[in-house]
Amino acid sequence: MTRQAEAREGQWRRLPMIENPRLRWGLVVGLAVYLVLALASVEVNWARVAEGASRGLNFIAAFAQPDFVSRRGDIIDGILESLTMTVTSTVIGVALSIPVGLGAARNIAPWPIYYLCRGIITVSRTFQEIIIAILFVVMFGFGPLAGMITLAFATIGFMAKLLAEDIEDLDWRQVEAVRATGASWWQTMNHAVQPQVMPRLIGLSMYRLDINFRESAVIGIVGAGGIGATLNTSISRYEYDTSAAILLIIIAIVLLCEYSSSHIRRWTQ
Amino acid sequence: MPVSTSPQGTPIWRLRTTRSQWLGYLGWLAGACLFLLCWKVISDNTMWVFVEDAGRQGGDLISRMLPPQWAYAHRLWKPMWDTLNIATLGTLLGIAMAFPVAFLAARNTTPHPLVRSAALVIIVASRSINSLIWAMLLVTILGPGVLAGIIAIALRSIGFIGKLLYEAIEEIHPTPVEAISATGAGRMQVMSYGVLPQVMPAFAGISVYRWDINIRESTVLGLVGAGGIGLQLNAAINSLAWNQVSVIFVMIFVTVLASEWISARVRHAII
Amino acid sequence: MLTLTGVNKRYPTGDRALTDIDLNLPRGQVMALIGPSGAGKSTLIRCVNRLVEPTSGSIRLEETELTRLSGNALRRARRAMAMIFQEYALVDRLTVMENVLSGRLGYVGFWRSFTRRYPQEDIAEAFRLLDRVGLPHALDKRADALSGGQRQRVGIARALIQRPRLLLVDEPTASLDPKTSRQIMRLIRELCAERELAAIINIHDVALAQQFADRIVGLRAGEIVFDGKPHELDADTLTTIYGEEEWDTRVNEEDAESEPASAEPVPRMALATGGAS
Repeated sequence: MTRQAEAREGQWRRLPMIENPRLRWGLVVGLAVYLVLALASVEVNWARVAEGASRGLNFIAAFAQPDFVSRRGDIIDGILESLTMTVTSTVIGVALSIPVGLGAARNIAPWPIYYLCRGIITVSRTFQEIIIAILFVVMFGFGPLAGMITLAFATIGFMAKLLAEDIEDLDWRQVEAVRATGASWWQTMNHAVQPQVMPRLIGLSMYRLDINFRESAVIGIVGAGGIGATLNTSISRYEYDTSAAILLIIIAIVLLCEYSSSHIRRWTQ
Repeated sequence: MPVSTSPQGTPIWRLRTTRSQWLGYLGWLAGACLFLLCWKVISDNTMWVFVEDAGRQGGDLISRMLPPQWAYAHRLWKPMWDTLNIATLGTLLGIAMAFPVAFLAARNTTPHPLVRSAALVIIVASRSINSLIWAMLLVTILGPGVLAGIIAIALRSIGFIGKLLYEAIEEIHPTPVEAISATGAGRMQVMSYGVLPQVMPAFAGISVYRWDINIRESTVLGLVGAGGIGLQLNAAINSLAWNQVSVIFVMIFVTVLASEWISARVRHAII
Repeated sequence: MLTLTGVNKRYPTGDRALTDIDLNLPRGQVMALIGPSGAGKSTLIRCVNRLVEPTSGSIRLEETELTRLSGNALRRARRAMAMIFQEYALVDRLTVMENVLSGRLGYVGFWRSFTRRYPQEDIAEAFRLLDRVGLPHALDKRADALSGGQRQRVGIARALIQRPRLLLVDEPTASLDPKTSRQIMRLIRELCAERELAAIINIHDVALAQQFADRIVGLRAGEIVFDGKPHELDADTLTTIYGEEEWDTRVNEEDAESEPASAEPVPRMALATGGAS
């Protein structure tokens, strides 16, 4: 019976999202099997969890009474270091991402440069900042320099990819119009490409500044400077009131960053 | 910016031009000073002797990584499976928590402005704190293992999915919602008929995108004891077995690229 | 059947949308509400089903005082008043059948509607209505795959499946070409006659209003300035409603059907006030 005739009799069910019943049930069964297997492989030590429950409550309670004072020196040093790393890495990363982004745009870069730049972007985006930080710490020694280079490297991957995508779908007529006046490659870049990508570049830089700050709070775990080391120590010593204080500061700075970047973005557009 | 070209240009205009130009210069100068100051702080905290040695160290590192000890790979399948589970289960748990939070945080679906502020606070707190920090905390609370990793990923995902989803909810067409309310539908029915169909594509896209990011994040959670391939990475680095580290890197690289490809395909199919 | 007494609406911005509206609509009467953009036509019908809260006054549907209802009582009252929208207001990503069945939401529980397990008689009725508005084949199509006229027909089916006693129609033809506009108006008119429905139709197009309504009410700046039979509407009253214009330049009504379809929703330019209210 057709669906119309059925509906006339009052029989109607929603069309399934996937029409082929074999594929549909195959997907459902596959998903169920995966979930069972995945959940089965999660080993939970309930005794340990029960023991930790009181610690969890302590941690939540610590947010009511954060302790900014007893490790004041460490916190201030760590936050300042994080902030300096954030600023320098963003500036350097954005500056370097412009040539890489230009090189990774298929419509303006020659093939060998295109592949080189795409390669840099892929490596930078695939590995978590922490992994990169481990390598740079080995190379440059402990301290904020390794952290700064890590964040700058991650910034290049992030910014250059988006910049390249922007350049790839920019309005080509404007470029041709400038080129038609007899402008050189640099002049074309300056007069036709730059005005089109600049507002988004500024917006993305502000967004990346925000991300870099958040990341700078963790790469300290592997010795790359910043507040992460202090936070790590306080957590492993169960000094949750200090951890809570640090987390609150991080949240406040991220909020401030977001608020000001939305203003700057509105101002540039 | 008004520009006066003739020398007889009106003085007021020239004043404004000069002034905004000076402001621009000042802004750049302040930025440059800030950058130099930050650089100074970093440079003071750096042992430059090590840095001069960096090239040799880097070369040394690469020579120790090569050739990778491929035989080690067969011991990585289980940690890799754990990593995938942390990312996938964590994303699912995150979605389950982010979904109601987003509806509470969107201006047009929230039951009360106070509830909205509370939901926004949850989103901001979750977004500001890296999943690795969540993992550190959870490892001290729940003990080391995959469970801490799953919950850490879930807690971090709430903010990401919640923020993008509530923005999508705020952008829906209001008239279908009005039409559904006009039929006498209850609150939940208005959500499921008027709002949900409109945000479903965005929601699916956001979730898959976050899953892809979570795969990347879950590769390092083991560094703080929260399970997955990061545990092996940590062990290999601590024992300076760099030829094992390179095997792990290759596996992470392939997995992340594969997940990125899947995520891009799925999102493309949805849109 | 529907009685409005002293209805006022003032928006929080201080704009007065409606001032002391008194209106009585008997059973089975089709009333056209005309007036310039911003005269409060949309606000008036939205006050009736409480999509907009009236500031003061009383609105009664038969024995029920609508202004004081809330929660489930409001839900139940809304079932008796179906609304048809200007931009159709269908849920684009749902199928035609789901859109029509959504008219039953006031009657079925949440889980039933969520899993789309509607009662058999609702489904049969939905199909009968789709057949009646001429779209039986479109059942499984997504709403955004339909043309404007077809969507409005789905909107009408969704309204009728509520088994309402009153239709609230907000600019049903504003997004349609002249020919489709007439078909839609004729359909609404016929359905009202078949089911003895009262209707309030907001409409820009005065000629369409005159042709299809039993009664015309003119609204200007939130006040009723005309209330009478369609043939009583003349150039002077139009001037009172819309302001000064050369009303005599309108074309003969018989010509309207032969006019070419255009993007402009209203064929008689002199009578149109343009835009949505």
